[in-house]
Amino acid sequence: MFQRLSEAGPPTLPLTIDGNAALARPGDSVAATLIGAGHADCRTTPVSGSARGPYCLMGICFDCLVEIDGRPNQQGCMIEVQAGMQIVRQEGSRPVDVEATR
Amino acid sequence: MTVLTADVAIIGGGLHGCSTALHLARAGATAIVIEKNHVGRHASGVNAGGVRTLARDEAEIPLALESLEMWHRIEDLVDDDCGFETHGQVRVAETEEDMTTLRTREARLQSLGYTHERWIDPPELFERIPALARYCLGGLIAERDGAALPYRTTAAFRRKAEALGQRFVEGTRVLAVAQQGQDWRLETSAGKISAGSVVNCAGAWADRICAQVGEPVPLEAIAPMMMVTLRMPRFLSPVVIGTGRPLSFKQTTEGTVLIGGGRRARTDRDAETTELDFQELGASARMVRDLFPVMRGAVVNRGWAGIEARMPDDIPVIGPSLRAPRLFHQFGFSAHGFELAPVVGRVIADLVTRGASDSALEKFSIGRFASPTGSVRRL
Amino acid sequence: MSAVDALKPSYELAVIGAGPAGMAAAVAAAQRGVATILFDEQASPGGQIYRGVTTTPLRRRELLGDDYWHGQGLVDALLGCAADYAPRSIVWAVTRIGDGFELAVSRDGVAHLVRVAHLIVATGAQERPFPIPGWTLPGVMTVGAAQILLKTAGLVPGDGTVVAGSGPLLSLVLAQFAAAGVSVDAVLDTTPRDRRWRAAWRDVIGFATSPYLAKGVALLRRARAAGRVVRGVESLEAIGDHRIERVRYRAGGQTIELACTSLLLHQGVVPNINFANAIGCEQRWDEVQACFVPVVDAWGASSVPGVTLAGDGAGIAGARAAEAHGRIAALNAACAIGRIDPAQRDAAGAAAQADRARWLRGRRFLDVMYRPAPQYRIPVGDTVVCRCEEVTARQVLESVRLGCTGPNQMKSFLRCGMGPCQGRFCGLTVSELIAKERGSTPAEIGHYRLRFPIKPITLGELASLPQTEASEQAVVRLPK
Repeated sequence: MFQRLSEAGPPTLPLTIDGNAALARPGDSVAATLIGAGHADCRTTPVSGSARGPYCLMGICFDCLVEIDGRPNQQGCMIEVQAGMQIVRQEGSRPVDVEATR
Repeated sequence: MTVLTADVAIIGGGLHGCSTALHLARAGATAIVIEKNHVGRHASGVNAGGVRTLARDEAEIPLALESLEMWHRIEDLVDDDCGFETHGQVRVAETEEDMTTLRTREARLQSLGYTHERWIDPPELFERIPALARYCLGGLIAERDGAALPYRTTAAFRRKAEALGQRFVEGTRVLAVAQQGQDWRLETSAGKISAGSVVNCAGAWADRICAQVGEPVPLEAIAPMMMVTLRMPRFLSPVVIGTGRPLSFKQTTEGTVLIGGGRRARTDRDAETTELDFQELGASARMVRDLFPVMRGAVVNRGWAGIEARMPDDIPVIGPSLRAPRLFHQFGFSAHGFELAPVVGRVIADLVTRGASDSALEKFSIGRFASPTGSVRRL
Repeated sequence: MSAVDALKPSYELAVIGAGPAGMAAAVAAAQRGVATILFDEQASPGGQIYRGVTTTPLRRRELLGDDYWHGQGLVDALLGCAADYAPRSIVWAVTRIGDGFELAVSRDGVAHLVRVAHLIVATGAQERPFPIPGWTLPGVMTVGAAQILLKTAGLVPGDGTVVAGSGPLLSLVLAQFAAAGVSVDAVLDTTPRDRRWRAAWRDVIGFATSPYLAKGVALLRRARAAGRVVRGVESLEAIGDHRIERVRYRAGGQTIELACTSLLLHQGVVPNINFANAIGCEQRWDEVQACFVPVVDAWGASSVPGVTLAGDGAGIAGARAAEAHGRIAALNAACAIGRIDPAQRDAAGAAAQADRARWLRGRRFLDVMYRPAPQYRIPVGDTVVCRCEEVTARQVLESVRLGCTGPNQMKSFLRCGMGPCQGRFCGLTVSELIAKERGSTPAEIGHYRLRFPIKPITLGELASLPQTEASEQAVVRLPK
């Protein structure tokens, strides 16, 4: 697991992770926020449903994919947290609601 | 120097070359397939995989219908299901003009005795394709159509042909083709080949073989583009094609979405390279976004283009050479040869071994490009 | 911040990547009056080696070290120069137009087109794949990832962290952990022993007279404070159900398991070749570094006219060599567009060439010393090779037995290499696996042929590409 150095400063940004309220440190990426909150995994794969979590944190492994504010397949390591952000760990390929996208 | 010999030399190891090799084996003739890269390297391995009788040129319909029946029993032919899935193909009308085009087409086909394309009204259209935008006005459906996996299909035909004794030489380029007495002599980059008959399945390079035997053709090398997305939740079963603007759209069993339609990349057929035209792909993306709102969040992961041969009238050259005996042409499928390959291989095998075919081939004759003086006539 | 709001429709030079090579190149080009734009996908400059140099909460110099803070100077120069700088911008496609190029760039989900006469590709390095059993388990990350967490978020390993692998970056990160007062449970050193030392003796002189010796000694001393080191680790396995729970390793004839909640892996960095490959740059297999490297001349010129490569993306040589390489590449670009002639380029570049040569001394020793052992590059059995598509070593080998002759054909047999990472974490493994199975070499077998888009893009971004008349009137024969 990971722990925070005091230099980092306190987490002050309110957001939700899987619907649960959490505080994030301004400037952190979504992936760093999840890791800092103790989540090693952030999704399951569409191929086999295996759990995955961030691997490279530099934008090239695509294992850190999460749903952010309703948009799936977002690279958590490339996106900075914002107040009110809704982060949802994504499950494989969920059934798509074709009506909802009209 | 060793000279390889066989009854038939097939130039080109794409799906058509492999299909012909297979059918020749079933007819008791030996064949050597000569492939300059590896089997399925070009159009055969990278096309949209559409198994389509829908929207065919009238000349192709009989062959396409016959081939479709072979697709429905493809495992009997090549011991592999080739990933063939059949949920129909639908050609959608986006505008009133499209609708007129399609209804006219249905009437025309019916007058010729064909019933494989049927108009469907919006209620049935949206029941079959729930994700389709509701501005669409209807469509033509070919219910027994579907899609398969191009590389797997080509490899399966090759494997079966080999199992029946045919030989494949890859990485070998045909340099010259000439008659030598009763036989054909092929000079290749790996040695000489002698055969009683030759079949020209050389795809985007087939015109060079034609030129060698004195019957040039106006072949154009084109590179239709494809895109594929990351996996998406399942939302589509039939294959969807466009009417007034070009699109071919399908979702694979693993959930990726394949977007094609024939927009072209730039290509250099000698360097065997293609360069994608992203503005054309942008137009494709806009059309997809219009027709399938659920695709807005789709992630495009790869684009590519295969090098294919197009004839000016968009139908292939199938049949005997008019300039040389025991030479047969099987090329120019103009971006829609995949579905036809099972049957055309048999047609050519019949021509080679029996001298005749049950299928009507006049419209595909290479003669349509010849003028009395022997020069190329553009249609 | 001088990050640009609006892109101009054209520039003389585009530099891709804001690491040391890219930043130095942009500054040097701008100094010569070349109209330049620097594109970078991250929100702030520095690439990976200087990641977060403008934003890190760790301001005490001794935490990240002097070498890291050297990057601040590069950033200051960038922000003070006349080049446009476009962060959060991904160049995903390049098309040749006449003598120059048209770049498709995405910013905030919208695609733009920019024309340039010349390109400097400075896309840097990436972690080498480390395909051990279980490497896809949550909780297994690269050491580079841990370093990014440290620099950008002030996150450091807590209890139950094991570090495994080999290479100078390992020592650097451990030294940084130690400076932060953090220790890890164990460091499993997979550096091959014995034979490697003998092979490296040839290069020892170069190393001994290089800047790296002193740095290395100091680093190793500090690194030792970060955790007990187990040397000669011959195998590694990550074990767990839905996340890592244990790491099993073999060393000194014993097999040992350690409980852990976090496993950090590293066995060197390799050039990130995807962009260069997609644009058509010729590449070669480097046997010592065991990776593919683009072919460049002394000025970074690639095999594609108009494309210069700089930095670790053109061959791993470290941050300081990359900086010098950037200045060299800028001169090459200036010469290519006719701003200076070759004689002026040679004269002006002499200092940068000498600087780069200095920083290249001793690299070969490191390359030979830290070349990962074969069992860590070429996996077996059910070990995942392609992370994205979950293709195993067994499946890759089976497809070779079925007649697959190379990585590009492989994409038709299996979905290997067809996922979103576009072969970045499986390309080398696949090439080496196929080579070994076929009794050939990676040089013969080759690498995936990469295409644009070099990063996945949304349909919306593609749809937002500016329309041209030609695409409106696309002439495609349609059946009637």
